[in-house]
Amino acid sequence: MTNGTASAEPILAVERITKRFGGLTAIDDVSFVINRHEIFSLIGPNGAGKTTLFNTITGMYKPTQGTIRFSDRSITGLRPYKINDLGIGRTFQQIRLFSYMSALDNVRIGEHPRMHAKVWDALFKTPAARREEVRVTERANELLDFVGIRQQAHNYARNLPYGHQRRLEIARALAGNPKLLLLDEPAAGANPQEKRDLMALVEKIRAQGITVLLIEHDMKVVMGISERIVVLDHGQKIAEGKPEEVRRDTRVIEAYLGKSA
Amino acid sequence: MSRRLLRTDRPMRWAQSAFKTRNGTIYTVLIVVALIFPGFADITTGGEGNHLVSTAADAGVYVLLAIGLNVVVGFAGLLDLGYAAFFAIGAYTYGMLASSQLAGSPLHMSIHLPFWLLLFVAIFVAASFGAMLGAPTLRLRGDYLAIVTLGFGEIVPRLFRFFGAGSPIGNWTGGVNGIAAIDPPKLPAFLSGPWFGTNWPIAVVAPFDFSDGNWAPMDYYWLIIILVAICIMLVTNLQNSRIGRAWMAVREDEVAAAASGINTIAVKLLAFAIGASFSGFAGCFYAAKLSLVSPENFEFVVSVTILIMVVLGGMGNIPGVILGAITVYIVQFFVLTNLPDWSVAVANAVGLGGIVPASADGSWIGLHDQVQRLNYIVFGLILVTMMVLRPQGLFPSRIREQELEKGTAEESVFDVREGVD
Repeated sequence: MTNGTASAEPILAVERITKRFGGLTAIDDVSFVINRHEIFSLIGPNGAGKTTLFNTITGMYKPTQGTIRFSDRSITGLRPYKINDLGIGRTFQQIRLFSYMSALDNVRIGEHPRMHAKVWDALFKTPAARREEVRVTERANELLDFVGIRQQAHNYARNLPYGHQRRLEIARALAGNPKLLLLDEPAAGANPQEKRDLMALVEKIRAQGITVLLIEHDMKVVMGISERIVVLDHGQKIAEGKPEEVRRDTRVIEAYLGKSA
Repeated sequence: MSRRLLRTDRPMRWAQSAFKTRNGTIYTVLIVVALIFPGFADITTGGEGNHLVSTAADAGVYVLLAIGLNVVVGFAGLLDLGYAAFFAIGAYTYGMLASSQLAGSPLHMSIHLPFWLLLFVAIFVAASFGAMLGAPTLRLRGDYLAIVTLGFGEIVPRLFRFFGAGSPIGNWTGGVNGIAAIDPPKLPAFLSGPWFGTNWPIAVVAPFDFSDGNWAPMDYYWLIIILVAICIMLVTNLQNSRIGRAWMAVREDEVAAAASGINTIAVKLLAFAIGASFSGFAGCFYAAKLSLVSPENFEFVVSVTILIMVVLGGMGNIPGVILGAITVYIVQFFVLTNLPDWSVAVANAVGLGGIVPASADGSWIGLHDQVQRLNYIVFGLILVTMMVLRPQGLFPSRIREQELEKGTAEESVFDVREGVD
């Protein structure tokens, strides 16, 4: 579909965000801008502050300083459900599915904010509520299909194999019709083949017109598909740019690649 | 005639589908038992079944309460230790607005609104109090919320006791005496007939007074059966709706629920309000049937009893909770009250008659009284035994069944790695 370079229209702007927990500065004055239809990656060694930044963007944490703008509107300090409602979906590094609900129900939960049934409709199963349920169920099945786990629809989330749980989290996030999808290490714990499959799925999501912000620990995984990359280390942004630029950056090599090489 | 034959087909097919699932079976058995119970009570007591039927109607109140608390505890996973407060609020709403109580209040006017209207008023009032309690407290989690609800459950009956004669704002609630002579439900007209255990032919009675000894307590019995049936349908619809799903999501993982766009506080508040409204509904019926409300009917032990019913029946599963309510009610109000007499009878029958009478020096108070003293120890033992044997409850939801059975396997899930395709 659209290419990142074609339209450099910003969708998310992180402006000078700092997050401190007591004396510990988890994120230190980090800024970057994500453009519409980009696959944008956030990488860095363990403890660099990637997930903290995710949690700050999605409203789980309030930033100590700085603002976050989404589609030209400040979302700093909004509650998580509000931020989801505005069009930011996310997955979790430690899988957080509703374990004892079916895969289908997990996805239908994702559609909750787009549904209209009120208490009255729920109590009396009004025709409108029934139609909505049918519609939502159809969509949930399509999404399960999209991420490739349609056959698991009626199994408890906890009984799904690990890779399918990752995909189910993505389906649940997609159910909220996000404009921006935040994926927190979707390929963690996957073997090389699974990693390639997941990155193909990420491409497929972008092709739907959804902007993707990807956290990854393993730099090699994101090099192939990201338009731009930001590298965090000890809460600070140490590099930003195209994959090949980042790869050559001496500070990155020192902080990150140097360590693993 | 051929049309009739066709019709008999339908119940057959219905029966086949009713027994397909466990819950279908439980509901079918419950309906059958509810229908034949009055006849059964009459036969076993030699035509004096009214007392049993009245007790069954009281048990129905607890079934309503358990269904309501299940919304809060079972669906949304919020521990509420003060649920009897909403029961009291429903009962007092009816008591104050359907008796001469307010004639003695600063209003100087007795209000006698009809039962059918007040059912809805009580629902609304209880739900409002549920929301009022929930709004400031639902940010708390788990144990903290339980303590707050515990406090609320203690405060409410005391407030009803306080605002009696001599309170700074006048006598609104009858204080420690409560409110007596509450109006029974009335209908402009109704049909009396065999369903009330009367042998008369079917006749129109106008106006129809529920407290009339010609049909009470049978009319109360049928009324509560209908109310319970309505509540089961409504709460089942809720469970299977968008809202029921949101409750489950909040119970399973609040952070993930919030990240999926669920306003967790609003959803929990709704669970609280809806749970409270069932309690208000039950309170309204309770006050009308008993014709009396007083603060000690709503003590902490009532909240605990309802919670026991929910946990023991199987949290989250509506038929399980109903059976839990009935079981606990039977144990508390039938087994325990009759236990002294039974133990005397057993002692006499097995030749231990010597331990029945009290000793002259007072060191042994007699078997009957001794067993009576041990009542709650026996109750406690029954509870402990049941929870040890069946921690998931009598008829748990499939979810809780799995949670308890596979609880130890939890961690290993994350290590399982299988190929994606």
